Amino acid sequence: MRTRVIPCLLLKGLGLVKTIKFRDPTYVGDPINAVRIFNDKEVDELIFLDIDATVAGRAPNYDLIARIASECFMPLGYGGGIRSTDDIKRILGIGVEKVVLNSAAVHNPELVKAASDLFGSQSIVVSVDVKKTLLSGYGVYIHGGRVNAKLDPVRHAVKMAAMGAGEIFLNSIDRDGTMKGYDVGLIREVAGNVSVPVIACGGAGKVGDFADAVSKGGASAVSAGSIFVFHGKNRAVLINYPTQADLARYIP
Amino acid sequence: MIVIVDYGLGNLGSVLNMLKKVRAEAVVSSDPAVICEASKLILPGVGSFDSGMRNLGNRGLIPVLEERVLRHGTPILGLCLGMQLFTKRSEEGEIPGLGWIDAETVRFNFDSATEKLRVPHMGWNTVEIVRAHGIYKDMFEEPRFYFVHSYHVKSSDPSIVLTTTRFGYDFTSSVAKENVVGVQFHPEKSHKYGMKVLKNFAEVL
Repeated sequence: MRTRVIPCLLLKGLGLVKTIKFRDPTYVGDPINAVRIFNDKEVDELIFLDIDATVAGRAPNYDLIARIASECFMPLGYGGGIRSTDDIKRILGIGVEKVVLNSAAVHNPELVKAASDLFGSQSIVVSVDVKKTLLSGYGVYIHGGRVNAKLDPVRHAVKMAAMGAGEIFLNSIDRDGTMKGYDVGLIREVAGNVSVPVIACGGAGKVGDFADAVSKGGASAVSAGSIFVFHGKNRAVLINYPTQADLARYIP
Repeated sequence: MIVIVDYGLGNLGSVLNMLKKVRAEAVVSSDPAVICEASKLILPGVGSFDSGMRNLGNRGLIPVLEERVLRHGTPILGLCLGMQLFTKRSEEGEIPGLGWIDAETVRFNFDSATEKLRVPHMGWNTVEIVRAHGIYKDMFEEPRFYFVHSYHVKSSDPSIVLTTTRFGYDFTSSVAKENVVGVQFHPEKSHKYGMKVLKNFAEVL
């Protein structure tokens, strides 16, 4: 079984955007078009995160999610603005396999347990956004990286797994959009301590980075944004994904 | 008309989407009257064995399914948990299964395997076709599918095994006994490979 390689696409309004260190979102295209291309390239899985919903205090855009889901013939995860089991039930019902909880999991850990009990842990992913803090190493941030949750990433991830999260989506805010490689040390810390799969995200710049996240970091799956959306040093927008042959050659 | 049985579990939307894509006529229904009119049935499923059996029971679906599948011979395709429900029992639960195939559902056990792997088995894996069957007609080379499960089917009758898949050890990834067909993977999430399986179920069986 080859490690899963999962494009992570960010939604802002109706468009796809890319950020650097969770800031300065720039428009990169239409989400439906992107899904179609990834579908044609037989991508392993897709994750869509609405980076505005929670901050703006609004609900997920169910209509857009449904349209994305109807084009996806591989597993699809969605996160952004999910606050209750009703929200989750609705999203799972429209053709999305997994929901990604972030701020809600910090504000209300019981939601993770309730959702996992109702829908099964395989449908519940908890996303942990991590930034280096001045004093104490790493800290968990929520609300699109704006609010310091004052939690230790490892302890938080362990708690989320105990509450029923099926996977942990570990995102390095510092590496986001930089394409300088994953924060392998951070991945190793978290993956080494939780019993559920860790999906590493943030910093992938080349296919070799995926291998590092797995063999050196212990990630069970790898996710990335920029590498699948940009091409070349001028960061021209080009939706791309490695061939099955390349993936088999470079990824454990 | 293919009827996708709605018993409260499983990603009905995705299955319907893919059937539409392969141009098969299908509806989702939990109504026994609609199920009775079906030319073929699909039993999807994501979740635990007991909630699957309990949901089927609570909705009064077991008698009509038994009538159509066992007595009338309506072809039925079980997906993931759906296939597991066809077995006699599961280590995951306490309620007996439908018992339509001579098999039981067991948890992945790596005690005597060479590698101890993490469960659930989640991701893309290959299947080896050990017995030819209509659902694999014209299948692409090196077929692979998306799996996500912690339990797998163990058959006492080797003649019903269609494919095996390796995860620590070789386990049964699909079965067929007359009109009852089951796949452990999610064809609705397996790109062209899954599309071929659903298309074959719709057109060949």
